[in-house]
Amino acid sequence: MNRSFIARNPSVLIFLSILALFTLLVTLLSEGFGAGLVSTSMVKTLGKTLCLCLIAVAMDLIWGYTGILSLGHFAFFGLGGYMIGMWLMFERTRQIVVTSLSEGVLPPTPEDIQAAIGNQIFGVVGSSEFPLIWMFADSLVLQLAFVVLVPGALAFVFGWLAFRSRVTGVYLSILTQAMTLGLSLYLFQNASGLRGNNGLSGLQNLPGVTAPQSVVSLWFFWASALALALGYLLVAWVVSGKFGSVIRGIRDNEARVRFLGYSVESYKLAVFTLTACISGIAGALYYPQAGIINPAEVAPIASIYLAVWVAIGGRGRLYGAVIGTALVSLVSSWFTGGQAPDVNLGFYTIKWVDWWLVLLGLSFVLVTLYAPRGIGGLFDLVARKNPGEGP
Amino acid sequence: MSTLLEVSGVTVSFDGFRAINNLSFQIGAAELRAVIGPNGAGKTTFMDIVTGKTRPDEGHILWGEKSISLIGMSEAKIAQAGIGRKFQKPTVFEDQTVQENLLMALRKDRSPLAVLLFRPSVPDLDRVAELAAEIGLTEMLLRVSGELSHGQKQWLEIGMLLAQEPRLLLVDEPAAGMTLAEREKTTAILTEAAKTRAVVVVEHDMEFVRRLNCKVTVLHEGAVLAEGSLDHVTKNKDVSVVYLGR
Ligand SMILES: Nc1ncnc2c1ncn2[C@@H]1O[C@H](COP(=O)(O)OP(=O)(O)O)[C@@H](O)[C@H]1O
Ligand SMILES: [Mg+2]
Repeated sequence: MNRSFIARNPSVLIFLSILALFTLLVTLLSEGFGAGLVSTSMVKTLGKTLCLCLIAVAMDLIWGYTGILSLGHFAFFGLGGYMIGMWLMFERTRQIVVTSLSEGVLPPTPEDIQAAIGNQIFGVVGSSEFPLIWMFADSLVLQLAFVVLVPGALAFVFGWLAFRSRVTGVYLSILTQAMTLGLSLYLFQNASGLRGNNGLSGLQNLPGVTAPQSVVSLWFFWASALALALGYLLVAWVVSGKFGSVIRGIRDNEARVRFLGYSVESYKLAVFTLTACISGIAGALYYPQAGIINPAEVAPIASIYLAVWVAIGGRGRLYGAVIGTALVSLVSSWFTGGQAPDVNLGFYTIKWVDWWLVLLGLSFVLVTLYAPRGIGGLFDLVARKNPGEGP
Repeated sequence: MSTLLEVSGVTVSFDGFRAINNLSFQIGAAELRAVIGPNGAGKTTFMDIVTGKTRPDEGHILWGEKSISLIGMSEAKIAQAGIGRKFQKPTVFEDQTVQENLLMALRKDRSPLAVLLFRPSVPDLDRVAELAAEIGLTEMLLRVSGELSHGQKQWLEIGMLLAQEPRLLLVDEPAAGMTLAEREKTTAILTEAAKTRAVVVVEHDMEFVRRLNCKVTVLHEGAVLAEGSLDHVTKNKDVSVVYLGR
């Protein structure tokens, strides 16, 4: 990354500085390391928000820059979560099992240990056998690699089939919805080997770590901030040069790019796969903070929300995607978490838990109609860079 | 003169309608050729076939000294083989600068990884500046191309074609919507380009074709009606029937 890249993209430096400042501030106010003004659960919420911002950056790359409206990126996010969840759950259960078995008279054999872990984890789905996909669950290194490789491989195969047949526009969006729906339905089955609708739980506990959650939550918060910073930097670099020119060209007129001699399909596939890998990492950091992952997380609606966040923030500009996601997801959890006071109109009581979706839908429509550049577009108005163009 | 592109016996139907009907066409390595014909004659479809956008039902398309068949090759591969195309409607990337448009077209490795790592060198930028001068857009180099006038966009597109360094240029109605002065400049750019490569210009403006001063192929209902100098083809009885209805 040379100096001219940062020099040519001052917004990257501004973003990274704000992120660093925010991280420092939260740390200083946290229960784990500071004044205790920010609760541990708030630290987790903020950490999860940073992960959502990271997948939003990926979404902006695939949709805002390349013009492919993927409505399936939460499948990759969820897969990342499952991959790290498998190790977390296995290793923690193993430690508990070993401790309890060692209290017995005879030292446990490896078979005993394996059977006991299997019983603990798969008892809920009426099994004690380890499914084949848990083969490497005892290896942190491999499961970490799968966080990137599994979403990447799924995206590569899906993308290869879809792009090669030149599926575009709304048809591709529907296909990505089908993909995430298919994954969700598959995971719901007990036979999937990932505990069906129970999902994986207890992910907030790091095996072998005795530090309290107030401290662990900050570790994850920092890791999320770092991942967002690196992801942002990477994507900003990818879109800055000729590669950025080509993908924006694909977005605006893909036939023209083909006649310039670029293999449009390869570019789409590369971007689709890269963004899936980034989404996997974001998911792997998100779910240990959430504590649980289940198949509902990769339901089609999740990926639609992602598109709404990015649209409201302003697509085609990375900070827009981040602002939109942070704002909407935080406000959303405030409304749906039951913290928002109900409004009593006398004849009718507005319950925000129900009405929030209407509000979100309305703001989406309004942004699409009146501010297609989203919240990020406001910066143009302030900077007056493009005085000729509307907001 | 050696043949660069040889199209023989090509037929294309759209839902039973024969847009191109047993068409044959040849062009040499450094030749300027005008293709004229009334609306719907199949001129654009002809370009679609050569550039791989439309696949012919029948016929052969052979390219270069080695007579490679272009049928079945992807658009990107055909473009990489050396065929550049300018569309009827000017299509430049409007939200990118003139420089970015030209850099994208510059003849370089087009694989995603190479493009990702590409940073323009000084010779690359010099070449872009040179091209911009050729098409009269030096002042506009750092402007967003959406701000260009209609004529300037047409030139930028021609500039992008030249940047690709193709051996064959297919230019679809370059003079449409241009002022007289702009047309003269366009003629100059095209005749200059044809000194070192093959250029096919589709046009139905006769005045413009006369100015190009080259061999003319007349298309009608998807087939070649006449071929030769402009004077020769305008004397042809069939041509006057098609154009003038008598
Ligand atoms: N994709 C297509 N589907 C159906 N008909 C087409 C298609 N492309 C061209 N045609 C028809 O083929 C004929 C030739 O079109 P075109 O090549 O655009 O003519 P020109 O460029 O000479 O005006 C026209 O009658 C047109 O309607
Ligand atoms: Mg035409």
